[in-house]
Amino acid sequence: MFTFVEDVSRRLGHQVEGIVARHEKEIYLQLRDPDSREAISLLRTRYGGRVAAVFAEDRRADEDCFLVYHVLEFPKQPGYLLVSTRVDPRVSRLPSLSAELPALNWQEREIQDMFGIPLDGHPNPRRVALHDNWPEVYPLRKDFDLRTVLPEFEGERHVYRPALGEGVFQIPVGPVHAGIIEPGHFSFAVAGEPILYLQLRMFYTHKGTEKLFEGMPVQRAVFLAESISGDSSFSHGTAFCQAVERAGGIEVPQSAERMRSVLLELERIYNHVADIGAIATDVGFAIANAHASRLREMLFGLNEELTGNRLLRGMVCIGGVRRMWDDGQVSRLHRTLERFAVEFRQLVKMINASDSTRDRLERTGILQPEKARDLGIVGVAGRASGIDLDVRRDHPYAAYQRVNVEPPIYQTGDVFHRMQVRIDEVPASLKMIREFAGPPLTGEPCSPVPSIPAGRCALGAVEGWRGEIFHWVRVGRDNRIERCKIKDPSLNNWPALVEAVQGNIVPDFPVINKSFNLSYSGTDR
Amino acid sequence: MFKILNQTIRTGIVTTRYPDGPSEVPSCYRGLPEFDFEKWDDARPACEACPTAAISVREAGPEREVQVDYGLCVFCGLCAGTVQNGAIRVTPDFEAAAGDRQDLIQTARYELNPDGSHRRLLSLQRGRAESDPAVERAGRKLKDKIASLYGRSLAIREVDAGSCNGCELEIHALNNPVYDIERFGIHFVASPRHADMLLVTGPVTRNMEVALKKTYAATPEPRLVVAVGACGISGGLFGRNYATVGGVDEVIPVDVYVPGCPPRPQALLQGILMAIGRAPQKSPRAGSIAG
Repeated sequence: MFTFVEDVSRRLGHQVEGIVARHEKEIYLQLRDPDSREAISLLRTRYGGRVAAVFAEDRRADEDCFLVYHVLEFPKQPGYLLVSTRVDPRVSRLPSLSAELPALNWQEREIQDMFGIPLDGHPNPRRVALHDNWPEVYPLRKDFDLRTVLPEFEGERHVYRPALGEGVFQIPVGPVHAGIIEPGHFSFAVAGEPILYLQLRMFYTHKGTEKLFEGMPVQRAVFLAESISGDSSFSHGTAFCQAVERAGGIEVPQSAERMRSVLLELERIYNHVADIGAIATDVGFAIANAHASRLREMLFGLNEELTGNRLLRGMVCIGGVRRMWDDGQVSRLHRTLERFAVEFRQLVKMINASDSTRDRLERTGILQPEKARDLGIVGVAGRASGIDLDVRRDHPYAAYQRVNVEPPIYQTGDVFHRMQVRIDEVPASLKMIREFAGPPLTGEPCSPVPSIPAGRCALGAVEGWRGEIFHWVRVGRDNRIERCKIKDPSLNNWPALVEAVQGNIVPDFPVINKSFNLSYSGTDR
Repeated sequence: MFKILNQTIRTGIVTTRYPDGPSEVPSCYRGLPEFDFEKWDDARPACEACPTAAISVREAGPEREVQVDYGLCVFCGLCAGTVQNGAIRVTPDFEAAAGDRQDLIQTARYELNPDGSHRRLLSLQRGRAESDPAVERAGRKLKDKIASLYGRSLAIREVDAGSCNGCELEIHALNNPVYDIERFGIHFVASPRHADMLLVTGPVTRNMEVALKKTYAATPEPRLVVAVGACGISGGLFGRNYATVGGVDEVIPVDVYVPGCPPRPQALLQGILMAIGRAPQKSPRAGSIAG
């Protein structure tokens, strides 16, 4: 794969230290110095690469430096190219790419916060992951102890950009919100009702998750992966398992791959139907939500039938799934989904029949396709704004090479189309589940976990219901995690909310926010 | 309009009868693990398997102290796989809410065989080995008095102090037509100033510590606090680290603890009703414990 890698290497000449193919679909282009700008620029402009993520790793003990990785994907080429650079903060800084690639804004700053690697040329190098009042600590450095008890925070609080002018007000909201949602702070600058500018402050739920992974036995760490974002438990769990399986060369039994795919699609459906209901509620159509939440409850019951847990927890494990389904469970799966499909159609019909609902959703909270591209928006929000990305199709995993994945793509980018993407995806997912669960599920639920050679690393990618989820894992000694980088699609997509609300009225903020429905915990970790 | 009404009428009543009727929890639900301490011949494999250290052992010469903490349990069921004789059984039970943190803990002392397995059960007690029951009982009486004030209606403010959003999904479900918490006169309000109860999920992060304290201060007295889920009770999988302070009671006083990861809506309902004296505490089923 990546026939052009040799070509790239030739063009970059002495900058390249080596090219390593870790797995069939994962190539590492190792650069000598911290500056990857020329390489990334070449890969983007000449070969159409998309920088999907950037993250770092403390390798001072083994290689006397920090490694920074840029994850790239290329159109119609399954697999990822990781460009790695060496940074020694004693002598150099990390050249920032955010000015050209706003999508990396938060991710680069997170590296600065967590590793103490200073950024060079970042347009806004303020703290993001650790709040401004935190002391000078770098939690993801290996010499920082997870259990460190930090003293009372006495640093300066975050200073929001002031909104000035006659009749201009600032409305602070959060971190404790009015609804039953996660914490974050929004600062709206408004002139009358329209929103001039929204400033976000996230990371209120930062729980030290990536640090917590370090040193954890791989099997146990699956539970932690399932607790990164509650509504994406199965997707995160699977992405983590896939990363470890690739690192350890573990083959997952074919039936287990199909069962995982069924559950990944079930997770998509239960979230989509809940979101469709919630969007209806936020424009005052409460009865639609009553039906939608009833349907989600039907799926939670099914989740429980199949996994023993309403959020699909405790089912995925390294090497496959914990247990097989018996015939009764499989027939209940089909029966429930048949009933669900009928009711879902009725729900959509009910919403479509309401002109006033449509009126509130159309042209509300528009995210223009070019903005979406600049910000690197993924998943449901991306597909509503013309971004044709889907890990299931582009980098098939589990059993997705067996089915035809055709993501719905719209160009309008308003709340209505973010809802429409969900409405389109539900029947597509139902069809896929029928195909996955159609042939008999037989054999072992999972493969044994061998001793994984220390130092092995790999990327696991899953199209969660929100979008692209990455887990990059390096396994250390005794099958324990050395480093786990988690990228939830919410991390890409929060800045889209800022764009989408501009010019809209404050009372429409809840429905715009809901149409993205991003994970705070997945972002903050 | 007619079509909407028609569809609603055709749907009929979907609301569960819990807690007055059966809980309607499917048998495949992985609920509380039940321990037969007499039969349990070695706690070490379960301790090794438990992802959250809900089962912990302390060796003391020829004896072993085994602590089972439902406040840390994520109901994964792995412990049951470590015994052959049925000493640990996964049940579909979920009613584990407790007014006292110690109620969620059981401590067993075993005499050991030379190979480290259990020779016999020496004692079994409620709570940690070192807890003081007299102080706890006095505290509980006071709580009962406050609870009687809220017998009829209750306004709840939910606070996510750092959760993964799993508990929030289930709290949301309390408002759906199936669990319909409003049938008890209980509703969720938008501000702590309108609230009688804070329903708090955790682990409490360092970044939410101050917000949680302020929210508590803004809630008029008398006020109740229910800590939700393993993380809300104890910090769960996250425990205490540089970014978290652990369970809700590290920051504000807690009246009722609701175990689960996340607790299912019926379990939340039981915990909330228990806090206002409308449901009894059903102690964890594991063995009969003198406390």
